[in-house]
Amino acid sequence: MSPKDPIINVEDVRFRWPGRASFALSVPGFSVARGETVLLLGESGSGKSTLLSLICGTITANAGQVSVAGKDLSKLSGGQRDKFRADHIGMIFQQFNLLPFGSVFDNIALPLRFSPERRSRVGDVREDARTLCSALGLPDVLTEKASTLSVGQQQRVAVARALIGRPPVIVADEPTSALDEASQSTFLDLLFEQVKAHDTTLLMVSHDPRLGARFDRVVSLRDITQIERRAA
Amino acid sequence: MILRLAIGSLRARGLTVAMTLLAIGLSVALFLGVEKMRTGAKASFADTISGTDLIVGARSGSVQLLLYSVFRIGNATNNVTWASYKDIAAQPEVEWIIPISLGDSHRQFRVMGTTAEFFERYKYRQGRGLELSEGAFFTDLFDTVIGADVAATLGYSVDDPIVVAHGIASFTEHKDQPFRVSGILKKTGTPVDRTVIASMEAIEAIHVDWQNGAQIPGQSTPVDVIRQMELTPKAVTAALIGVESPLQTFALQRQINEYPEEPLLAILPGVALQELWAIVGVAETALLGVSAMVVVTALIGMMATIFSSLNERRREMAIFRAMGARPSTIVGLLVLEAVLTAAAGAILGVLLLYCGLTIAQPMIDNAFGLWLPIEALSLRELWVLFGVVVAGAIVSLVPAVRAYRLSLADGMMVRT
Repeated sequence: MSPKDPIINVEDVRFRWPGRASFALSVPGFSVARGETVLLLGESGSGKSTLLSLICGTITANAGQVSVAGKDLSKLSGGQRDKFRADHIGMIFQQFNLLPFGSVFDNIALPLRFSPERRSRVGDVREDARTLCSALGLPDVLTEKASTLSVGQQQRVAVARALIGRPPVIVADEPTSALDEASQSTFLDLLFEQVKAHDTTLLMVSHDPRLGARFDRVVSLRDITQIERRAA
Repeated sequence: MILRLAIGSLRARGLTVAMTLLAIGLSVALFLGVEKMRTGAKASFADTISGTDLIVGARSGSVQLLLYSVFRIGNATNNVTWASYKDIAAQPEVEWIIPISLGDSHRQFRVMGTTAEFFERYKYRQGRGLELSEGAFFTDLFDTVIGADVAATLGYSVDDPIVVAHGIASFTEHKDQPFRVSGILKKTGTPVDRTVIASMEAIEAIHVDWQNGAQIPGQSTPVDVIRQMELTPKAVTAALIGVESPLQTFALQRQINEYPEEPLLAILPGVALQELWAIVGVAETALLGVSAMVVVTALIGMMATIFSSLNERRREMAIFRAMGARPSTIVGLLVLEAVLTAAAGAILGVLLLYCGLTIAQPMIDNAFGLWLPIEALSLRELWVLFGVVVAGAIVSLVPAVRAYRLSLADGMMVRT
């Protein structure tokens, strides 16, 4: 079930954390099509963070191929991968997404600092950040310190940061786990609205199968990965 | 923006950063303070005696002659006979000559016999003269003028009697001829502060009944008789000379050094002072070394603070990494942070120094006669400050490299 135009393609990948012989992850094949929204379901310890790190290029596979937007990440140097990530991927974490001491604006604009490509897609950064914030239902908080915001607001700021400069892929690692059910729903509504509006690919990881209905495709991590565990 | 975030991050850890800042600031202030003291002491020292072109004494070493004639440390190996003294005084190059007679003491202080001209010719700290804080210069044969330290230590005031002891640290006293304090000098920061000054004649007078360093038994000439006597000294310990023209200094020096009647030594005080400084300056250098170590300690403290903050900041670094920052950017961020801290610490140190100097300057001048000028930072001091900032950057590389490793290993996974 490999899509025709995969933006993310993982093939025959094996990865072992250096110094930790007890854990090895292998992914025979996994891909996401351009503009697709995919939910990866998995419990903690199922290797989801490792898989995300591989896709984002902060770690490299020991064997096999990870390509994003047609680029084989293993062919890039460390610095090139960092640049590539800045250009192509907007990242949303579980919680504590923001630099608490920075202003909301600085947090949103941070990826542009590392990606001239994304910077060039944005005219007036402040204006763009303001538009994103209001689209995400945030009050005018650009000059506030990030740590003064509520958790729900912080997660929306993180979405704005991931979206700014329109990277083709958004990777979200359990972004709703810190939110209550009502906020979860609002959060996802706003996220999906933005993703659909700009035809962005969304890869989200969660342990909560109830979220699945909104996504084009739900993949269980157990089906695409094999984990070797040996007694350490 | 990175700079703004770095400052924000520092401010978020305000208290620890403030402590580090204070430590660096204090150590920098200490270092600069010691440096100021050192240059101040050196300048004061070199200015202990000025306006005098030559010091003459019996032949010995130049530092020794300087020590006993100016600093009243140690003893003369020999005296200069009055005849030789008169001979030198008669040289055409000599503009003025002042005899100095040492050998007696009062309590822990040396007694120096000289002429009234001493008060007007002795200059220190770029030509400043001696001034009285109370009383008058010699009016009577048995008058003494005492230095500020003598007056302060022994609690003397004008008109108090003084009994001079024969020799130094000796119990035989010139009881028969007590002196009177006629004047007290202002603090100078020179050995004059610790000197009891009497006239040449008075020194001669108290030794009338003495021979070969001991009182002639049973003999005690009444003071009235002494006053009638011709009190020409038989010898002087040393003499200060001013020449007519500075060009003649070396010629006169050679002439005295080759004086055929008696082995004499003439020294240039400035040169001898420098020789002496080379010896005592070691202590100052040691002090400077110690305060440099304090600066190093403060910087290591900063390194420890950065180290201990690394763990709580792994999330911050993971965020930077996820946004596309290279590990080298993380290193740069930490180094930038250290540079900011060190620079702010250095500035704080300079502020502390000038505040301290403003407050302490008159006190130090009064207490030690040490004048610390308040002036703009010297090039050397600016280099020191620059060095502190650079050292801060270098020191921070250690935790920065660890952060580099951590952020490589963590990837985007945040372990907290």
